[in-house]
Amino acid sequence: MIRWISAVIGAGIVAVLGWSLLWTIVGVAGDSSAKTWTGAPASAEHYVHAQRPLLNAELPSEGLFGKYDLRQLQRGFQVYKEVCAACHSIRLVAFRDLKQLGYDDGQVKAIAQGWQIEQPSVNPDTGEVATRKNLPSDHFPLVFANDVAARAANNNAVPPDLSLMTKARHEGPDYVYSLVGHGYVNQPADLLAKFPDAKTPKGLHYNQYFANLNIAMPPPLTQDGQVQYLDGTKPTVDQMAKDVAAFLTWTAEPNLDTRHGAGFAVLGFLLVFCFLAYGAYQNVWRNMKH
Amino acid sequence: MSFPWAKHYEPKFALTKWVDERLPLPRLVYNAVGAGYPVPRNLNYFWNFGVLAGAALAAQIVTGIVLAMHYAANGGVAFDSVEHIMRDVNAGWFMRYAHANGASMFFIVVYIHIFRGLYYGSYKAPREMVWLLGVVIFLLMMATAFMGYVLPWGQMSFWGAQVITGFFSAIPIVGDTIRVWLLGGYAPDDAALNRFFSLHYLLPFVIAGVIVLHIWALHIPGSNNPTGVDVKGEQDTVPFHPYYTAKDGFGLGIFLLIFAFMIFFQPNYLGHPDNYIPANPLATPAHIVPEWYFWPFYAILRSFTSDFILPAKLWGVLAMFGSIVLLFFLPWLDSSPVRSTNYRPVYRTFFWVLVADVLVLGWCGGSPADPLYIVLAQICAAYYFAHFLVILPIVSRMERPRPLPNSITEAVLAKKGGTSPSETAVSGSPLAAE
Repeated sequence: MIRWISAVIGAGIVAVLGWSLLWTIVGVAGDSSAKTWTGAPASAEHYVHAQRPLLNAELPSEGLFGKYDLRQLQRGFQVYKEVCAACHSIRLVAFRDLKQLGYDDGQVKAIAQGWQIEQPSVNPDTGEVATRKNLPSDHFPLVFANDVAARAANNNAVPPDLSLMTKARHEGPDYVYSLVGHGYVNQPADLLAKFPDAKTPKGLHYNQYFANLNIAMPPPLTQDGQVQYLDGTKPTVDQMAKDVAAFLTWTAEPNLDTRHGAGFAVLGFLLVFCFLAYGAYQNVWRNMKH
Repeated sequence: MSFPWAKHYEPKFALTKWVDERLPLPRLVYNAVGAGYPVPRNLNYFWNFGVLAGAALAAQIVTGIVLAMHYAANGGVAFDSVEHIMRDVNAGWFMRYAHANGASMFFIVVYIHIFRGLYYGSYKAPREMVWLLGVVIFLLMMATAFMGYVLPWGQMSFWGAQVITGFFSAIPIVGDTIRVWLLGGYAPDDAALNRFFSLHYLLPFVIAGVIVLHIWALHIPGSNNPTGVDVKGEQDTVPFHPYYTAKDGFGLGIFLLIFAFMIFFQPNYLGHPDNYIPANPLATPAHIVPEWYFWPFYAILRSFTSDFILPAKLWGVLAMFGSIVLLFFLPWLDSSPVRSTNYRPVYRTFFWVLVADVLVLGWCGGSPADPLYIVLAQICAAYYFAHFLVILPIVSRMERPRPLPNSITEAVLAKKGGTSPSETAVSGSPLAAE
């Protein structure tokens, strides 16, 4: 009995799926637009992203043996501070965390004290809303008090917080490097010929690595030497983009060095464990055919 | 316990004797996973995965309890409290990555465990109850994993909760009321987040309880084995300890090696970048995808694209739940008395088609809803249901199984270069005669 019922139910479900399948195929076959089976080149952004895969930032933190280059992180922090910080916060990072970049207590304190935007506070005498200088224990302050203020100041766009940016995008470090270092180009003519609607609207900027190709952010790194590096590295746009990508990799994953180091210790321990466990297994079973 | 030759627990010391007379807990453990449990001697490595699933659950509970000490289930602070764990809590990054990847490890191990049961007929008499309880555990795991994924309150958390609870609104008439009741509001918010946290903490202990029943039910007939042939005598079994504790120890080492590699070197590989963006009810992600272990079911859900008497959405939801519910009926859909697929030449082909089918469904479920993937998923979903509801019942009736070995020991000795089982076996199916 149960087999009859199941056969009827099974045949019914297959029939309903066949019905859906039929209409899917009819829908695709009857679609006169450029839409193909994978839907891929139907849009300008698919067309561009397929032609321009992300560039490799070649960060030393990549790969199994990846480790941060502290000098690069310091350079990246400098780029962030002098360029990005005008609009973008890193609210999940505290000033004290900068010690991991190799700054000493005094330097961290000086960076916090000298940070342009102050911490929200209250006046200890009157209780009124006020601000005070940053302390090493503070997180980096928000640039804008809220999204409305951010939109008002930025042509109706909200500059996202960058703390987790490299983890919030596919291949994040390469994405940041490609976007700010090599993303701003003139819109190619063949793209406009193929997709006339893709023309970048006024107030936005064409960026070949941005999801929908039109980004609100004006080009942040416009010329070599925009930042003066203290360690003598030549501040080309490419170098600054790499360094800031490295810095943002650190803000998103500050424990990467510890993690990789502990990882090798754990894998080594477990390899020895497996070796011994396999020996114990063979020893226990040595007289038992199985 | 299951076999008369099982070893008996004999306390050696005055203290253990004293305990045994008052609370025979050591005796229970001895009989459950100690020397008192006779197990077929021919189990292969696929029999490691039950113990590994238990280990994965234990790891999830330990890391989860620590995470709960630092997590705050409130929409305003949940995302930041997770980042606080990642940055400021000692070894917090390890706990969180272990918990996030531990869920994936738990599912991969359980999927292998389930397909092992399917291949070797472990769901058949007299082990139906073991299988039924296993399906219950699987359902509980899915509920727990879904609610756990909501807790970090990232974009995929929020929109995943939106989509999954939206299933209930497919129910005619009362659907929307049920959805609002489940969420405690019109969209996922503090009320939903709080109850998901509460249930996410509760359900693992329910799972642990059902696992106790699962093992209890298993110990009545004893473990199945790769031949599917019943244990005939003492020569067919070995005590669980030390034989299988030693083998499981090695299996556990390999499991931990892979687990550790994921935690320390690829911690975000199985996650979605969008979940590092705080939940925003006003911005829908371009592609809402669940975690990889839900992909096959997500593909089934999305396969129903056209209304057919009932709305397509309702069909999708019914089929998605149906794809798991039908597993409850499996012991009665498969009437073949031969357990192990090794001796079922026709079903064996269909079994591997099913494995490939589920993998393709998973691939489709993780891909964008382009026509190619939809059509593939529709074909594969149709096969999934046809396999269990139509093909399996027919094959199990028509198929002529290969001769079974007379006993486990004979199969073992034949494999080690002795006589081949086909020379000494009774033709047809000796199981049916027993």
